Amino acid sequence: MDGGQELAARPGTGSAPPSLTRVRTRRSAGEQAIKVLLAGAAVLSVLTTTGIVVTLITESSKFFGEVPFRDFFFGTDWAPLAGGASQSFGVAPLIWSTLYLTLIALIVAVPLGLGVGVYLAEYASPRVRKIFKPIVELLAGIPTIVFGYFALTFFTPLLKDVGINLEVFNGLSGGIILGILVLPTIASVSEDAMSAVPQSLREGAFGLGAAKWQVVVRVVFPAALSGIVAALVLGASRAIGETVVILVASGNNPNLTFDLSVAHQNMAAFIANVARADVSAGSVAYATIFAVGTTLFAMTFLLNLIAIRFVRKYRQVYE
Amino acid sequence: MPKVRPALDAPERREGAQAAIFSLKDVQVAYGGVPAVENVTFELVKNEITAFIGPSGCGKSTLLRCLNRMNDLIPSASVSGQVLYHDQDLYAPDIDPVQVRKRIGMVFQKPNPFPKSIYENIAFGPRVLGMKGDMDEIVESALRKGALWDEVKDRLKTNAFGMSGGQQQRLCIARTMAVEPDVILMDEPCSALDPISTGAIEELMLELKRNYSIVIVTHNMQQAARVSDRTAFYNVDKLEEGKRVGKLVEFAPTEKIFTAPDDKRTEEYVTGKFG
Repeated sequence: MDGGQELAARPGTGSAPPSLTRVRTRRSAGEQAIKVLLAGAAVLSVLTTTGIVVTLITESSKFFGEVPFRDFFFGTDWAPLAGGASQSFGVAPLIWSTLYLTLIALIVAVPLGLGVGVYLAEYASPRVRKIFKPIVELLAGIPTIVFGYFALTFFTPLLKDVGINLEVFNGLSGGIILGILVLPTIASVSEDAMSAVPQSLREGAFGLGAAKWQVVVRVVFPAALSGIVAALVLGASRAIGETVVILVASGNNPNLTFDLSVAHQNMAAFIANVARADVSAGSVAYATIFAVGTTLFAMTFLLNLIAIRFVRKYRQVYE
Repeated sequence: MPKVRPALDAPERREGAQAAIFSLKDVQVAYGGVPAVENVTFELVKNEITAFIGPSGCGKSTLLRCLNRMNDLIPSASVSGQVLYHDQDLYAPDIDPVQVRKRIGMVFQKPNPFPKSIYENIAFGPRVLGMKGDMDEIVESALRKGALWDEVKDRLKTNAFGMSGGQQQRLCIARTMAVEPDVILMDEPCSALDPISTGAIEELMLELKRNYSIVIVTHNMQQAARVSDRTAFYNVDKLEEGKRVGKLVEFAPTEKIFTAPDDKRTEEYVTGKFG
């Protein structure tokens, strides 16, 4: 209303009301083009995801046409590339090694990563943080193949030197370096979550006579919990899906064992291994790629689902 | 090696009603070497409400925060001069700021309850300080002191974020009561509240001053006039090159500040001529 009066009062417009109808201009055409381009990008990524899921399902349904579900999920012997009677499709050793090595990785990465996150968010001076955080994030940018050979050619020999009896390819070295690999993810995401906790909450706690560590443990940490869980899930997802480090450092032999001194093969490393092996397309051995891939996909999907539910439940909203 | 801390024990309350709890001498607070407020000298009296008033940027909040070493949280802040609390220098090297804040509680401008239940909000302080006693009783007594018990006794386990702004602020006051402080510092505690909640908190302050000493920073001159016994008026001095520094202009009984101030700037401020 005010605007109308102002417009009418402006000299030159006289008593005729100002025109508000849409005028087709070059600008509006550009606006349309941008909208179409952006929508196209969104559609393309949705289509890609759909395509991957469809391929996984159709190809693995072919596999399950030949190999019964029971043999796959409950068999404990994994030898899909073997010939004749010794060929076997029990996926348990792969799932086991995937989860076991992820556990080893998290045992390394969770305390270290959260430690780094808490230090950077709560204890480090602004100057130290400015130097430290990019370095930690740089660690996340190192190609995984570098970690793989670091494990194989440096870390495994180092572990042997300190007296741990290991095979050349072993689960211990791979698992620990896998932990170093996911450490920056956990550190960086949890640091962001803790930095996002309003300063007023810290002040409130300090004002009650709480010591620094009490403020961190009892106020900041719980308030940032949903973000910290997100950090852990991101880290776990990366560890579950990691290929090259395990392929290079932990070898090619599936082993259903607690023993970390021997080779372990996780699901992703198996897929990579078959993909470069001499296997004819269309064979059952080839189709295992998709069966294992679908299982892996289902596992990470489930993990993310649980995490999202958790985060929703515990998310704390600040004004 | 355990550090030897001086006993920051408050003497018995209600003893010697005119005893000074705070004694400041030529205090200056600076951020990154640039003074924000300086030349502050006064004494605060026990069981009284002292109001800090003045225009924005005059350093009243900054000064309030140096009374319980809250400025320590800002790395660039530095305090010079002498801040005596019951004759102990708060900035002596062997003083533990955690012990200081235990004695001198603080309520902030925006209600800042923890994202926990009402009960846990109150229990937080006693727990971190390792206070002995029945926690249910401590919580009830604190909520009663905060004039909140009747409103929330049936929903102690619900999240504090579900309360109204005024209730949240009273919860923050009650939370401070739970650790049994000697002094309560309030930094514009009503600026985010409606008039009814403000009235409730002012009533609460008058109730609390029987047992506690209160310092309140306020932008609301009527509030200062209504609740405080003494008022400190701060003003901004404009220096060359656009620099500004806060100064204590006048510190006197509230009635005198509002009716017959000594300084002309005080008179102009309280009569609404600037600020």
